[in-house]
Amino acid sequence: MTTTVQQTDSAVETNDEVILAVNDLRTYIFTRAATVKAVDGISFSLRKGETLGIVGESGCGKTMTALSLLRLVPRPAGRIVTGEIVLNGEDILQKSEDEMRDVRGRQISMILQDPQTSLNPVFTIGNQLREALGIAHKENKRSMLGRAVDALRSVNVAAPERRLDDYPHQMSGGMKQRVVGAIAMSCEPGVIIADEPTTALDVTIQLQYLRLLKEIQANTGLGIIFITHDFGVVARMCDRVAVMYAGRIIEQGEVRDIFNAPAHPYTQALINSVPKLEQRVGRLYQIDGQPPLLSNLPEGCRFAPRCAYASDQCLESYPQSYHMKDGHYADCWALDPAWQGTPIAEFIAPTGRTG
Amino acid sequence: MQRFIILRLLQGLLAVFVISLIVFALSRVAGDPLAAILDDESGKEQIELLRKQWGLDQPLHIQYLTYMRRLLTGDLGTSFKWDRPVAELIAEKLPATIQLSAFALIITGVIAFPIGVLSAVKKDSWFDTGGKMFAILGQSAPTFAVGLILMWIFAVQLGWLPTSGKGGLRYMLLPGFALGYYNVAAIMRLTRSSMLDVLDTEYVKLARIKGIPEWRIVWKHCFRNALIVPLTYFSLILAVLITGSVVIETIFAWPGIGQLVIQAIVSKDHITVQAIVMLFALLYIGINIVTDIVYAYVDPRIRYS
Ligand SMILES: Nc1ncnc2c1ncn2[C@@H]1O[C@H](COP(=O)(O)OP(=O)(O)O)[C@@H](O)[C@H]1O
Ligand SMILES: [Mg+2]
Repeated sequence: MTTTVQQTDSAVETNDEVILAVNDLRTYIFTRAATVKAVDGISFSLRKGETLGIVGESGCGKTMTALSLLRLVPRPAGRIVTGEIVLNGEDILQKSEDEMRDVRGRQISMILQDPQTSLNPVFTIGNQLREALGIAHKENKRSMLGRAVDALRSVNVAAPERRLDDYPHQMSGGMKQRVVGAIAMSCEPGVIIADEPTTALDVTIQLQYLRLLKEIQANTGLGIIFITHDFGVVARMCDRVAVMYAGRIIEQGEVRDIFNAPAHPYTQALINSVPKLEQRVGRLYQIDGQPPLLSNLPEGCRFAPRCAYASDQCLESYPQSYHMKDGHYADCWALDPAWQGTPIAEFIAPTGRTG
Repeated sequence: MQRFIILRLLQGLLAVFVISLIVFALSRVAGDPLAAILDDESGKEQIELLRKQWGLDQPLHIQYLTYMRRLLTGDLGTSFKWDRPVAELIAEKLPATIQLSAFALIITGVIAFPIGVLSAVKKDSWFDTGGKMFAILGQSAPTFAVGLILMWIFAVQLGWLPTSGKGGLRYMLLPGFALGYYNVAAIMRLTRSSMLDVLDTEYVKLARIKGIPEWRIVWKHCFRNALIVPLTYFSLILAVLITGSVVIETIFAWPGIGQLVIQAIVSKDHITVQAIVMLFALLYIGINIVTDIVYAYVDPRIRYS
């Protein structure tokens, strides 16, 4: 099903094949001490068959973004405050909790970060797979069994018939990860979010898993949102990338464009911190300082306190979004034609301000 | 699973053996078994006769073997006080105790698990706070006090329920609740806290992502996992029931084993006390084995290790 979605926000493209469009989404966590602005006004879209990477340091709101898309923000503290999440033409924020259950798993699904703990230890994986299938199809037991076997086969589990009666603790980490993938994809959702799906796996299994995701995507036209803190994985996996910093997307665009010409000093720093094959030795570049607390955000640009280029303007007001080309946007005052400060030289590692 | 059960049964047998040794040893350490029934005027020959008759002149290990042989054939000796076979006394009183304990256990299950689960699901609500207070009371008030207070309110003041004795369900309510209250409170708190842990796990998140209805997530995915912790305390529950029954049966004049053992202790009826202690130990071991099997059924990680 493809639907035309009219977008007014500049950062969101309008495309016939857009299956997910997020518009000015804000998700806050209200703790007793403070309000944590985990997601603070982000917009992006995802097309059919496309892989969008969301990159950023730990704690910048990636997981909270993902959970918002499923409306599974931890309650009662967390709440989606404003925004639109248009999935297959409908704003899911307008749906009731009952209607949401039909959205989850069927239209949008998610692979959680840790495969070791994502499966229920007291039920067989056959049981857990059939449960996901059964709610969608209400079929009889036998055909569901067949579908469960198919689901396992689709993620390259060997001898799936024999695996159905296994418990999670009887499987290896990589196998569990694939089973989690099979469960998440069993109802053929149009969008799947993979939240740092490989951090718990070793490198070869990581690569296998990423390749598997791409294969499934090629066969089904699945839209993937791939969350990671590793720009190297982005380069391998994604078509487009959104760079998150302190609850905002500070730059997004085609992976190619962002790698060739990163506009935001933070993106430049992130790319510089990716280990390159030809420079195995030597220290990796690291950004000095800490990201701001999401409960106590600075007035202006959130990266300004760590940015080598920051001017008074950067500290005073949040930058506008500037369009470079083909959906490549970045939020940085230095991109303004009227910018008076030091021009951003590409690939110069900002040294950061300390204190 | 079969191997697990067999292994557990063998361990149980070993425990029974060790306990029989201990009970036997205690009965010999506790003083001359004859002292209780003989007075100072008893003649020397009479004492010797009884000694012979009871086998007390034999070496200890022979005495133990005799004791075990009798035990295995169901011969628990004859009570001094009632002048009847102890086995008969126990057979007469045991059903009442089992009835009351089972009732207390059912109350525990029926009240503690749902309240524990709901307290976790509705954390920090008035329901949760109320449950917390109910539990604190149950865990701090001694069993006899709960029994007396309940009796005073519902039997003496309101006159809704009988004060004591054995009869239908009406007679069981007060002693059953008094006996079960501590366990209700303990299991409620355990269920709540383990439920909170489970609700926070990744597999519950995955279940939500699958689009499963919330009630199913709570009662299928969470409850079975949350049950594991309270289950490990099942043998403690039983210990509370056994010790509690002694107190509660006395307060509510419930004609069970608890009452029997108190009467036997008061009249220094060693044989009866010894038999009942052995019985309690057997019950305890038996329930432990059942618990472990249920536990293994609930948690496959145990079943397969
Ligand atoms: N349950 C919670 N209560 C309070 N703050 C939270 C909670 N969960 C996450 N946060 C905060 O929300 C922010 C975003 O977290 P998250 O989305 O998990 O980051 P990421 O996935 O990018 O590492 C973090 O600063 C974190 O401290
Ligand atoms: Mg995360």
